[in-house]
Amino acid sequence: MAELAEKTEAASPPGEAAGTPAVKTVELTKRFGHTVALAGLSMTVPRGEVFGFLGPNGAGKTTAVKLLLGLLKPTSGQGSLLGRPIGDLRTRRRIGYLPELFRYQAWLSAAEVLALHCELAPLPRSSWKDEIKTALETVGLTDRVNDRVGTFSKGMQQRLGLGAALLGEPELVFLDEPTSALDPVGRHDVREIIRGLASRGSAVFLNSHLLSEVEQVCDRVAVVDHGRVIASGTMDELLGGTAVRVRVSGLTQADKNRLSQYGRIDDEGDQITFANLDAERVPELVATIVSMGGRVYEVAPRHQTLEDRFLQLLEDEEKA
Amino acid sequence: MPPVLVMARLTVQESSRRRLLLALLILTLIVVGVSAWGFNKITTVTRSDGTPLPPEQVSLITSQLLIVVTFMFSGVLALSAAVVAGPLISGEVESGLLLAMLARPVRRSEVVIGKWLGLAALVTLYAAGAGGLELAAVDWATGYLPPHPVELLAFVAADGLVLLSLGMLLSTRLSGITAGVIALVAWLMAWIAGVVGDIGTGLQNQALENVGVVSHLLLPADGLWRGAIYAMEPDTLIAAMRALGTAGRANPFAAIEPPPTEFLVWVVFWFAAVLTLSVWSFRTREI
Repeated sequence: MAELAEKTEAASPPGEAAGTPAVKTVELTKRFGHTVALAGLSMTVPRGEVFGFLGPNGAGKTTAVKLLLGLLKPTSGQGSLLGRPIGDLRTRRRIGYLPELFRYQAWLSAAEVLALHCELAPLPRSSWKDEIKTALETVGLTDRVNDRVGTFSKGMQQRLGLGAALLGEPELVFLDEPTSALDPVGRHDVREIIRGLASRGSAVFLNSHLLSEVEQVCDRVAVVDHGRVIASGTMDELLGGTAVRVRVSGLTQADKNRLSQYGRIDDEGDQITFANLDAERVPELVATIVSMGGRVYEVAPRHQTLEDRFLQLLEDEEKA
Repeated sequence: MPPVLVMARLTVQESSRRRLLLALLILTLIVVGVSAWGFNKITTVTRSDGTPLPPEQVSLITSQLLIVVTFMFSGVLALSAAVVAGPLISGEVESGLLLAMLARPVRRSEVVIGKWLGLAALVTLYAAGAGGLELAAVDWATGYLPPHPVELLAFVAADGLVLLSLGMLLSTRLSGITAGVIALVAWLMAWIAGVVGDIGTGLQNQALENVGVVSHLLLPADGLWRGAIYAMEPDTLIAAMRALGTAGRANPFAAIEPPPTEFLVWVVFWFAAVLTLSVWSFRTREI
């Protein structure tokens, strides 16, 4: 087996390649035996953007992050972070990472874990105190600074991991399911932290299957399924359509099937949602339902949500 | 501090914070105390006519008993090293502990060497500290000190380091419990192979002798143990066993010759090879 990428630190001056994207991949592929975990991922994440990487469980999201961080070796393809090839040690000084499987030394205190990451980053020792203080304040763990990590709840450990990822004002932060162990307040805090990173000019690569979370903070999104990107673009590009919810009675299953000519249907009994329907076609839709003998109580057009679009994409992918 | 030393410090810190060092200290003090009491009893043994044993006889009995005690101490040290080294890498990979750290500008070789250095320091210090304390206790109880105490402690520590290195190599690929068990079984098999080699010497059977030689090369634990034995034996005992010829060599608790220089050079090479292999194995592991 070939060695994993672990390039030297030579020839990479600070601020180098500032005009290059935060993340760029070209046909990045990873196979585990016969299983294709990532199939030809090509994408670009501009600097300073919050990029949402969406997909169902097992879609290849975490594999992509691990490939980019040099924890896995690509089967083929290329990638770069901040203008340097993946695996470049010096680039890792400018990157923060909260793993999906977050775990920190249970025998250390929160401050000691952060000091360890300051040391490994490496940050100047004179800055550690302020860095640790700021990180703990940001993730709301100031009052647990000297407590052993072993006494922390899972949510608190995830907060600590987020704090570690923020040390040293990284130019690029990978957050892999950063709210999986957090309560609603914690999720709100994470969104605020992500917005703070973006306002500071850091790029954020957000791996998530929590669509509302992505919808609220991301500038750009890629949807991945079975190791392939099936859609990507800005939120506006992705969510251009209108979803229409109709409250109706008196329709048979056959009638509902015929209504699929108006696009993908989310059938919840007497409530049917058309995931992507041009607003101009709403009167036609209502007329069709009435002609079928249906009784219409409510028609509510609304902007398509990321969830609507996501489910539609997966369904299209399934059919294809 | 360079990452390799950070990893070493972290390993020592973990052992300390998890109270492994405290547990070892307490157990060692108990064992040394009890064995000192036992050794002291040798000096009170009398002949059938009621007269005390002459000092030469006390020294001989003490030296033999010390070999048995050291064998057990060496076994406990090797066992502990294997148990601690087994999950050294794999445990942190499986738990995810290494994920965030390896995303930092840290080479995997620095992780492997750093962890080995940390544990090696603990094994060496423990072997020197606990072994030295035991020798001091025996000296106090009986007035007997082995002829080569420094060499003795060095061989015992090296024996522990062999198991530590093997456990860590296996830990780069296998789960903690599997790596630890394999290391322990390998250690026992190497000892048994050494005994088979002794029997071969006694019977003047070249094939059986070769079993011992090959086992010493593959896993030099038993070869190092023989060095420890030699360092404990009084000259009079060695002379007596030499007089017995090949029969005197057929004893797993005796050594007539010190380990050859070639073997000691091989041991250095063995450590270098196992560490290199560990680094390569971990660098090619996908996490």
